[in-house]
Amino acid sequence: MQNKGIGQVLEAKDVSFRYQKNSPWVLKGVNLTVGPGERVALVGPSGSGKSTLSRILAGYEKPCQGEVLWGGEPFEGSGYCPVQMVGQHPEQAVNPRWKMGKILTECWEPDEGLLQRMGIEQAWMGRWPIELSGGELQRFCILRVLGPGTKFLVCDEISAMLDAVTQAQVWQVVLEEARRRGMGIVAVTHNMALAKRVCSRIVELPKINGI
Amino acid sequence: MERGSQPVLNVEDVSISFDMYGKGMERRKLEVVHKLSLRVHAGEIVAVVGASGSGKSLLAHAILGILPGNARMEGKLEFCGKALDEAAQKERRGKEISFIPQSVEYLDPLMKVGRQVIGVGKRRERKQRMEKMRQVFARYHLDEATAELYPYQLSGGMARRVLISGAVMGQAKLIVADEPTPGLQEGLARETMENFRELAREGCGILLITHEVGLALQAADRIAVFYAGSVLEVAPVEDFSGQGEKLRHPYSKAFLQALPQNGFQAIEGHQPYAGSLPPGCLFADRCQSRTQACMGEVRMRSLRGGEVRCIYAE
Repeated sequence: MQNKGIGQVLEAKDVSFRYQKNSPWVLKGVNLTVGPGERVALVGPSGSGKSTLSRILAGYEKPCQGEVLWGGEPFEGSGYCPVQMVGQHPEQAVNPRWKMGKILTECWEPDEGLLQRMGIEQAWMGRWPIELSGGELQRFCILRVLGPGTKFLVCDEISAMLDAVTQAQVWQVVLEEARRRGMGIVAVTHNMALAKRVCSRIVELPKINGI
Repeated sequence: MERGSQPVLNVEDVSISFDMYGKGMERRKLEVVHKLSLRVHAGEIVAVVGASGSGKSLLAHAILGILPGNARMEGKLEFCGKALDEAAQKERRGKEISFIPQSVEYLDPLMKVGRQVIGVGKRRERKQRMEKMRQVFARYHLDEATAELYPYQLSGGMARRVLISGAVMGQAKLIVADEPTPGLQEGLARETMENFRELAREGCGILLITHEVGLALQAADRIAVFYAGSVLEVAPVEDFSGQGEKLRHPYSKAFLQALPQNGFQAIEGHQPYAGSLPPGCLFADRCQSRTQACMGEVRMRSLRGGEVRCIYAE
């Protein structure tokens, strides 16, 4: 097995997907290549399959046809996935029976500086998820996937529920980390101003989707 | 800002707190909204923007009288000059005060949406309202057959439009809209705002709660900026332009400069958590120009046609 490190290309090759047999296709023959360090915004109307494609890229769903390649090869079946995803509903992405400290350090331990830049208080570590607001939870959800094993980030509307100040704050951390490590990003968003601000290329999903 | 007339809605020094239970028999009061004041006049759209968890929705629920059981409200609520107590809220909500809730889960899952929009009443009244519903549905591009569907059969955007339809059916003097547009496509969101403007022109006061600043800028006459359960600034919409030179409070300025279409600049730190609020100015720990004086009491004051809660604003 070769070194699956930084500088790998994430590629969706001819990906088609539907949720059930006989149900309509959500994605058909989608091709998307994202180079190392490249930041791609994925835009399109609601219901056009942006979140589905994100889940496929991050390995949460297997495409019905076609494949997703990381550095030219399919994902390994086990271990830490180098492609990590952050979703749009932080309250659904955390274990309600774990305290925040455990949730954050499940895979790695971020240092104090990173916590501070993300605006996370030490006092929050002992809290349960229901005791934090959506914006506060999302900071944890983003930071916990920025571990050293992460080489690529899929962001599905990660800042839609945040106010402008918090949005700028979390994106600044994500972009800094991405730049420092040469991490690629696929970001789903409705906000064109945000897409232009954080991404180097904008892809309209309906244009590359063959349904 | 003062229009000489009586405001439709007058919120004065309202505080909302929750009873929380700790270990064993320990019970404490958690104050989440502090001394909040806000006015909405007839014909005016006032937008409320601010961080999530800053108490925007709680204010809406307080006005409607639908706070959860363990919440307690202090302060003064007035509707058209009369005290808006529990009895008055019951009497007026759904008639003179309409509500567009944040979540589409507010629809009754066991009732066809048409009946929910028409509401209860005598047979003849219901018939009249049926006609009105057809007009409203047409306006929001809802098929007439939609009335015969149950909420689970609607898409997110359709459910949202049903909720809005319900609120604009009657002769409301005040509409409280809590995040009415997420899930709506941009054109439709804009159309909703145009409809609000029409209602306002007919004399309705509208309180629009949103975190989409773009929407607030497009629709509102005045914008109130919420932070940690308090209003930091109320300003005419024109002041929210450029880099916010005309704004009064440092947080409003930061808010505007953080927009992706503006500077996308972040500020450090986070909104203080209810229960461990700093004394004095709530924004002090993130403010560049704080001094010792900011630790004292900071009251809302009028300034340049707006209001601000900052001792240094000029």
